[in-house]
Amino acid sequence: MEKQDFKNQLKKTAHLARLYLTPEEEELFSRQLQSILDYFNKLQELDTTNVESMAHVLPLSNVWREDEVRKSISKEEIFMNAPEVEEDGFKIPRILKRE
Amino acid sequence: MFKPVIGLEVHAQLSTKTKLFCSCSTDQENVPPNTNVCPVCMGFPGVLPVINKKAVEFAIKAGLALNCEISNYSKFDRKNYFYPDLPKGYQISQYDLPLCRNGYLEIFVDGEVKKIRIKRIHLEEDAGKLLHVGAGDRLSEADYSLVDFNRAGIPLIEIVTEPDINSPKEARIFLQELRLILRYLEISSGDMEKGSLRCDANISIQTQEGVLGTRTEIKNVNSFYSLEKALEYEIERQIELLKKGEQVIQETRHWDEKNQKTVSLRGKEEAEDYRYFPEPDLPPLIVTEEIKEKLKREIPALPKELREKYFSLGLSQTEVEIIISEKKLAEFFDKSLELYNNPKNLLNWISVEILSYMNDNNISFKDLNILPENFIKIIQMVDKNEITRPVAKDVLRKYLTTGKDPEEIVEENGLKIVSDTSYLQEIIQKVILNNEKAVSDWKKGKKQVLNFLVGQVMKETKGRASLDVVKNLLEEELNKL
Repeated sequence: MEKQDFKNQLKKTAHLARLYLTPEEEELFSRQLQSILDYFNKLQELDTTNVESMAHVLPLSNVWREDEVRKSISKEEIFMNAPEVEEDGFKIPRILKRE
Repeated sequence: MFKPVIGLEVHAQLSTKTKLFCSCSTDQENVPPNTNVCPVCMGFPGVLPVINKKAVEFAIKAGLALNCEISNYSKFDRKNYFYPDLPKGYQISQYDLPLCRNGYLEIFVDGEVKKIRIKRIHLEEDAGKLLHVGAGDRLSEADYSLVDFNRAGIPLIEIVTEPDINSPKEARIFLQELRLILRYLEISSGDMEKGSLRCDANISIQTQEGVLGTRTEIKNVNSFYSLEKALEYEIERQIELLKKGEQVIQETRHWDEKNQKTVSLRGKEEAEDYRYFPEPDLPPLIVTEEIKEKLKREIPALPKELREKYFSLGLSQTEVEIIISEKKLAEFFDKSLELYNNPKNLLNWISVEILSYMNDNNISFKDLNILPENFIKIIQMVDKNEITRPVAKDVLRKYLTTGKDPEEIVEENGLKIVSDTSYLQEIIQKVILNNEKAVSDWKKGKKQVLNFLVGQVMKETKGRASLDVVKNLLEEELNKL
């Protein structure tokens, strides 16, 4: 990937994660991410035609629970970290930008 | 040519007792905001999800009922996006390996069978609810919002169709049939008003065979009626654009119920990028033949099968649809039929008397306290001439409200048919004396006043006399005058 393309990619990814990077950070992370991606490109060279993709490393499946209600935590605990509470709801700032 | 091509994405809340990944209750109706929440469904750092077995079973049942292949191996993925109703910053959903695939549902449209293919069904969690506070209750006018996480984590199945639907009516019928099946399976209440069944529609116009047009997605459709209306509006809008040589823009549009039109949702010019990746905290699901067979056995007779059965009894399509509209009603009909082998008459009683009682009281069949034995007792009392039909209607209503034995109701209130002719004669004489005008009209040849006079006699007997008997006796008496 060209350097500028890569930087744009990085900016987009940062935006999707709501991370705000300084120009210095952009430089630094670009270099670091580039080396990670290079490594993955190296892995891509391996022929995996007959290998199934794997999402989990542990030999576990069907770990589930019965449909039984358990008591939740108390109201005080729930709102302990909330900056603002109104009528049992978490109060949050306006979602859309003002036009 | 302008051929509408429609695909639906349906979300149905599963009626499990607990949420998908934690043991919080799914009850949202009787509790204040943020009551049924815990660190898992509120997305606190470090918590781990554990999947609800029942929800998995419900999703598989939906797949089986919709003729899907059930994946032997399926996994969960994180769908990443930011919105205040999504506490973790991602939704646990299924991306490339959904639980069910490649099914279909057959619907009846204008007397013809149409097959709508189901692309996939997957399991995912619902988001919380936002209450917007400001000049209006809309997002755009809000000063701030309040978040309630009671709904966050409630299990959903998302059912995605192939673009096999070609009219708003087909879309509506598909959704109604789908809801009926979910209700028969007892896996979702399917209540659109309360948001337990939600539907988004993708729609484009085909101008050439084999070439797909640009599609728009319609959101915020809250009833069967508005699904049909929104699609009708959008089809017309797109055709108008194409006729003018303009382009349809690929976008999400919102159904504006108040103004009955779709409006573009601005500020979404960037294509969504959810960066799906496997959910590391949930091991995969392996659905064995054994599990599938066990769930298959739990699936009741579905509407399609029942329709065939009732058609073979000689019932009309309208009659059949009444019976199958609720599973409990179909079961009641079957049990009643075992005691009383006259489907037409049974249907008549159900559609006239029971349905009107349900309408009057705004309840559904499952809320009724009615036993087939008692219901049949009432019909048989009419058949045996022990009570009249109008009295039977009252007895049925009294039975439905009090739950008392119908025979006791008849006994206690003296509702037995009046066959004592001398008693009837007495009433007839009284009616003749009190209605001089009608009687003289009759004498002048106005025969239709007979019905009025019969009515007067019936009123005196409180509906307890046989209509034919009263008619005959009355005519006899009038002729004597």
